[in-house]
Amino acid sequence: MQHFDTIIIGGGPAGLEAAARLSKFDKHVLIIEKDPALGGKLLLWDKLFPDFASSEELLHQLIENIKNDNVKVSLNTGIKEIENEGGLWNIIDNHNNKYSAKALLLATGFDVFDASRKEEYGYRIYPNVITSVDLEKILSGEVSHAEPKKVVFIQCVGSRDEKVGNHFCSKNCCICAVKQAIEVKEMYPNSEVYCFYMDLRMFGESYEELYRKAQQDYGITFIRGRVSEVSPTYHGQVQIKAEDTLLSRPIRLTADLVVLMVGMEASEGTVEIGKKLQIGGNYDYFKSKNQHLADNLTYLDGIFVAGTSKRQMSIPETMKDAAAAALEINNYLN
Amino acid sequence: MNLDMYNPFVIPFAFGVVILFVNLAIAFVSWLYRLDKVQRRQIGKNIISFKTLAAIWEAIRECLFHRNIFKTNPILGYMHFSLAFGWLMLIVIGKVEAVAYEGQYFTNPWLAIFFRFFEDGRDYPYKEVLTFVMDFLLCFVLSGLLLAFIKRMYSKLLGMRKTTKHTPSDRVALISLWCIFPLRLLAESSTAAIEHNGGFLTQSLGNLLAFLPVEKFVTPLWWAYSIALCLFFVFMPFTRYMHIFTEVLLIFLRKWGVIESQKHTGYTDIEINSCSRCGICIDVCQLNTAAKINDVQSVYFIRDVRDLSLDRHIANNCLLCNRCVQACPVGIETTMIRQIYRYKQGNEDIPFYEYINTSKYTEGKNSAPILYFAGCMTHITPGIIDSMKNIFDKADDKYIFIDEDKNICCGRPLRQQGFLEQAEVLKEKLTSIIKDSGAEVLVTSCPICYNSFANEYNLDIKVLHHTQYIKELIDKGKLNLSKQDVKLVYHDPCEISRGNNIYEEPRIIINSIGNLHSTKNEKDDTLCCGGSLANIELNTEQAALITSQTLDVLTKPNPDFIITSCPLCKKTFTKNCSNNKILDISEIVSRNI
Ligand code: SF4
Ligand code: SF4
Repeated sequence: MQHFDTIIIGGGPAGLEAAARLSKFDKHVLIIEKDPALGGKLLLWDKLFPDFASSEELLHQLIENIKNDNVKVSLNTGIKEIENEGGLWNIIDNHNNKYSAKALLLATGFDVFDASRKEEYGYRIYPNVITSVDLEKILSGEVSHAEPKKVVFIQCVGSRDEKVGNHFCSKNCCICAVKQAIEVKEMYPNSEVYCFYMDLRMFGESYEELYRKAQQDYGITFIRGRVSEVSPTYHGQVQIKAEDTLLSRPIRLTADLVVLMVGMEASEGTVEIGKKLQIGGNYDYFKSKNQHLADNLTYLDGIFVAGTSKRQMSIPETMKDAAAAALEINNYLN
Repeated sequence: MNLDMYNPFVIPFAFGVVILFVNLAIAFVSWLYRLDKVQRRQIGKNIISFKTLAAIWEAIRECLFHRNIFKTNPILGYMHFSLAFGWLMLIVIGKVEAVAYEGQYFTNPWLAIFFRFFEDGRDYPYKEVLTFVMDFLLCFVLSGLLLAFIKRMYSKLLGMRKTTKHTPSDRVALISLWCIFPLRLLAESSTAAIEHNGGFLTQSLGNLLAFLPVEKFVTPLWWAYSIALCLFFVFMPFTRYMHIFTEVLLIFLRKWGVIESQKHTGYTDIEINSCSRCGICIDVCQLNTAAKINDVQSVYFIRDVRDLSLDRHIANNCLLCNRCVQACPVGIETTMIRQIYRYKQGNEDIPFYEYINTSKYTEGKNSAPILYFAGCMTHITPGIIDSMKNIFDKADDKYIFIDEDKNICCGRPLRQQGFLEQAEVLKEKLTSIIKDSGAEVLVTSCPICYNSFANEYNLDIKVLHHTQYIKELIDKGKLNLSKQDVKLVYHDPCEISRGNNIYEEPRIIINSIGNLHSTKNEKDDTLCCGGSLANIELNTEQAALITSQTLDVLTKPNPDFIITSCPLCKKTFTKNCSNNKILDISEIVSRNI
């Protein structure tokens, strides 16, 4: 049995940032990550909104920050058991290693919505229907794609949708679509880019400006209306059926590439641990003790939460939340 | 008339009987009078045929022995059986006894009912046997009554979740019914105490009563018995007990081929009045068992239609899944009646669907023997369309995809919501597309469309759901499926299971692909996926409760895949379950050719 001051479950931005902060407080930290690499969902994105910062660089910096003797990392590691014994949290991982710590930080994050559940949009059925995650790979050059003439973004796929059981707003997809639309336009200057939205929620710093820029400088067309279905055409394109709810008119649009802006859902790990410890809240995200006053605490002593395992957050929000969690944990440990 | 055999207490009884028969005659005549033309024609066509004999047999089986109730709930079946059959036998054997006693066939009509009072101790043929049988029958009826009483008090004891609520006239009839046989027992026993003419039951009780001043209350007891009969007979036609007689009529009409039409007719009244309010439909309804809505089920709907107090929301709050119709021991087509009450008057000045040009879709494509109609629901699950295209190609069958442009709907969702005129326009348009094509077979992927083509359209070509079509391809050797070691379960979609009986085809197909495991509710007991287009009253949370109830049953055997054959079921399930786990039968076939 190895003992640490804190065990962090999840090696994404939240876990990494919290580990870095705790190590500065001279606390011994173990990060348990289920994947073979650190970074979490950051690995899926090429550039970040709203400033097109490189996610690779960010990740590099985050990892640099934890390179010290106080932090240990265990990759490819899943959790088999979590138990409290006399004020200590004991963990058994899938390799049957045993650890214990006074504090546990859950930073198990989110999963992207499985777009094939909205089968009417044809994801995994028509090759030219992709998700925002797939698009990042095209934008980064990792995957190549024939130059599209018409690109359509569909917002709120799996968010604010009673039909899939997700009533919440995933918050990040609006601005992400604006960012990606601009990138598409930069990559394929001759393409026409359309974006179907319910509302555009430009809540963050300089988001609204970017949105205006997308329209004015890049000529991207934003249409308010929900897409009902996507279907194939004879020429290998896809046709979109929607209603323009500002003009109250049905529209059909033929496109070469459709990008589904997939929302966020509690990750598998979040759901699992939430059930195990009975700290799951709405939509299986973790429930913090008090949103205003004790947002990193849970109802269990010594269990802390940070980042998107709690609710939808952008990266800057996640990092701040992780820093706050580190502070809470430090107080708790001393 | 033999005035020795008369006492004024028979007057209430006689009065009740006369009123009952007048009421029954009025009701029956007015219902039959209000049948529509088609229904009357059916009767005319079949009245002199074997169907009538079959109806007689069924009436005996159902109205006296209540076989269907026995099948669902033996205790409840016994209760109905003992009351119906026992009572009838009390009358029949009573009459036999009266005839034996008088030595002539014509006796006073009340003699059979009040026999023990008038009997003077003289000997008559088979006296002992008849007395024994009469006591035995009384015992039999009383046992049923006791069960009815217990059911009322502890309705859960008999496996029923809820019994139905009663109207005031129901209550009078119920109480008088409950009094009739105990009063008869007391009256006969007191007479036996004095005259020593009772059987094993009445005499034993009489001997117990002999210590009391029996002479004083023997006549009042017979009076009470007669009055209870009178009350029951007078109120009965206005209560659920009317079903005793109406069900017989219903059985005959149904056997002659009468069905509900699109409007409320005399037949609807006959169906409504045949409901015994047994409550079986409450227990099978998922709105009750999953969504905890327990005031809209068929029994309440029928009660409200009958009492002219129907609330539109009750007519609308139904999945039209037909689980209750399947379970109803009387076989009342409650969902058809709901559709009658959903009727919405269209605005006749506005023409519907003029923009649909019927010639466009098959023009110049006259060569294919098969028409494929995916259906609107299938268009939101394009994986099914893709698979069907693959299957047609692999089987080398030429087809015309008539609704590839999502041009037209079969009309059933409109019909379910009561937009009959609109649905009719769609039906005519689609019929003409189908007729003009010259094709021989129509294949559809949607059970809703299938139900509509098979039962609402009068098409002269063969209509197949794709499960049937794929099964035919396998039979003809046109598709070679490879069997995998996967665990599968099948969900029977409402619209092709109950009523259309497509049970075997999907099972044969699935078994040639993987290992089919059975589930708790399958075939005609299948559950609704919760996505029914027929219910616009449910909110999403309530619908989700139904979905998860059904998914719980399907995932119980821990299958690798859940197979269904309805796009709507598939779509609905993916709300609570990963899309990778739910497959349409065409998809799994397409993957394994
Ligand atoms: S509708 Fe049928 S099942 Fe329901 S209470 Fe009436 S008779 Fe019983
Ligand atoms: S058709 Fe289905 S939903 Fe409607 S009352 Fe019957 S069982 Fe309930």
